[in-house]
Amino acid sequence: MIAALAFYAFAAILIASAVMVVTARNPVHAVLFLILAFFNAAGLFLIAGAEFLAMILVIVYVGAVAVLFLFVVMMLDIDFAQLREGFQRYAPFGAVIGGILLIELFMAVTVWRFAPEAATLRLNPNPEGVTNAEALGRILYTDYIYLFQAAGLILLVAMIGAIVLTLRDRPGTRRQDIAAQVSRSGSVSVRRVPLGAGLKEIGIERPPSPEETAPKPIEHHHGGHH
Amino acid sequence: MDFFFNHPLGILILTVVKALALLVPLLIGVAYLTYAERKVLAAMQLRKGPNVVGPFGLFQPFADAIKMLMKETIVPTGANRLLFLFAPMLTFMLAMLAWAVIPVNDGWAIADINVGILYLFAISSLGVYGVIIAGWASNSKYAFLGALRSAAQMVSYEVSMGFVIVTVLLCVGSLNLTEIVRAQQNVWFVIPLFPMFVIFFISTLAETNRAPFDLPEGESELVAGFFVEYSSMSFALFFLGEYANMILMSALTTILFLGGWLPPIDIAPFNWVPGPVWFVLKICFCLFVFIWVRATFPRYRYDQLMRLGWKVFLPFSLAWLVLTAAVLKLTGWLPA
Repeated sequence: MIAALAFYAFAAILIASAVMVVTARNPVHAVLFLILAFFNAAGLFLIAGAEFLAMILVIVYVGAVAVLFLFVVMMLDIDFAQLREGFQRYAPFGAVIGGILLIELFMAVTVWRFAPEAATLRLNPNPEGVTNAEALGRILYTDYIYLFQAAGLILLVAMIGAIVLTLRDRPGTRRQDIAAQVSRSGSVSVRRVPLGAGLKEIGIERPPSPEETAPKPIEHHHGGHH
Repeated sequence: MDFFFNHPLGILILTVVKALALLVPLLIGVAYLTYAERKVLAAMQLRKGPNVVGPFGLFQPFADAIKMLMKETIVPTGANRLLFLFAPMLTFMLAMLAWAVIPVNDGWAIADINVGILYLFAISSLGVYGVIIAGWASNSKYAFLGALRSAAQMVSYEVSMGFVIVTVLLCVGSLNLTEIVRAQQNVWFVIPLFPMFVIFFISTLAETNRAPFDLPEGESELVAGFFVEYSSMSFALFFLGEYANMILMSALTTILFLGGWLPPIDIAPFNWVPGPVWFVLKICFCLFVFIWVRATFPRYRYDQLMRLGWKVFLPFSLAWLVLTAAVLKLTGWLPA
């Protein structure tokens, strides 16, 4: 009874927050509702006995993906009037996509059937004496290892692509070169000097100031001590 | 009595009592952690620290708490009122929520769940929301800059923390926190996995926004970072949340690497001492190191912080994970 109540509570909040994600005027509120939706989905996973998936959903989607979403949305300066402008033009296009998705959903509910093997698996998602994590591990790493690795490779390629597209070596930016800093010698040293004596008196000359060595261009090393 | 413990209401009451038995000492611990921090910092800087309120200044935390309660809660104009007040509550709530799965002794956890370590990781990865929502809802540039820094920092260091946790899990073969401590019966993981312990500890410093990674509140450039606009109890909740998080991270370090409630050596004078005492002592040790680090190191520059997280810790922890897996596989020590 308690499980059923919890299910309906999670499901109701999940659907309500999903609706709010689409309808909220403020994009930051929309992302926050998305996070609430993720949480309730995790709750549904817990009721279904999939504790591992529930935790991973929270860690990956709420803890990492949604943070980046929020990060980007907060920094955007969104002009609502400008967003509304193209509405008339794009509305038919959006309606077509929405219609296709609706038909697909309808077909999934009416026509689509589970394979007989999957149907028996669905009745008993957790084999006897095996934890969630182990059961998932057996499927991913034993039964479908090649497909899993292929998925990983595709993600890797996508990641490298994103880095290549965004990484530009702009001229004129200053970077810290730690190896150059550590390996340089001569200009930095620690010496024990008698208290109260000036540097000149004990024979230590300060390094020449940049003005004296001009016009040679000065090489910049950030964070160096003089 | 049996009937009481099997009835749903009885279980509910029992859980509430257990939660209070854990949270009340925790909150007192948070109060005295602020005192301990001021005293230890003072000793390290040849000062006296708080010494006026009560004997040795022992009532100072309560004086501070009463002062906080008396102040006016100010909500800036242009702030998003609801989120502004929600953020500190979220921070504090998350800091308390995580304690549900911490085993203080063998079998002394409120919820001894199968995926305990994942639950802790999930809760600690949510901590960033309190900061980022506070920064945005304040509608102030300093707060927002602090929040952005914090979000980037916490997400970056979570990655290497994840790899450290996976390495420990490889040696245990279970996601249950009690099992993790039991696996350290012979040798604490701090010895075979010492480099991972160092990485984990430094990452927890970054995760809790403590010095030398306290850029989100860097007072010399951002006034007070993400909580500039907060006053009174809403500020106090952030403050309490931060210190409760420090204790939580110390507890996590203790469970993962320092053998939880286990005594250092399982012989006569050591195993007379009850487990929770060892647990608290180890947490206190970690907290002392937290404060010691604060008194010793200057704040990192932002690019250095990112470099350390992504270019040093991440490759190193990944390499050590592969190494650990290889050693466990080749020697046949891999737990079933």
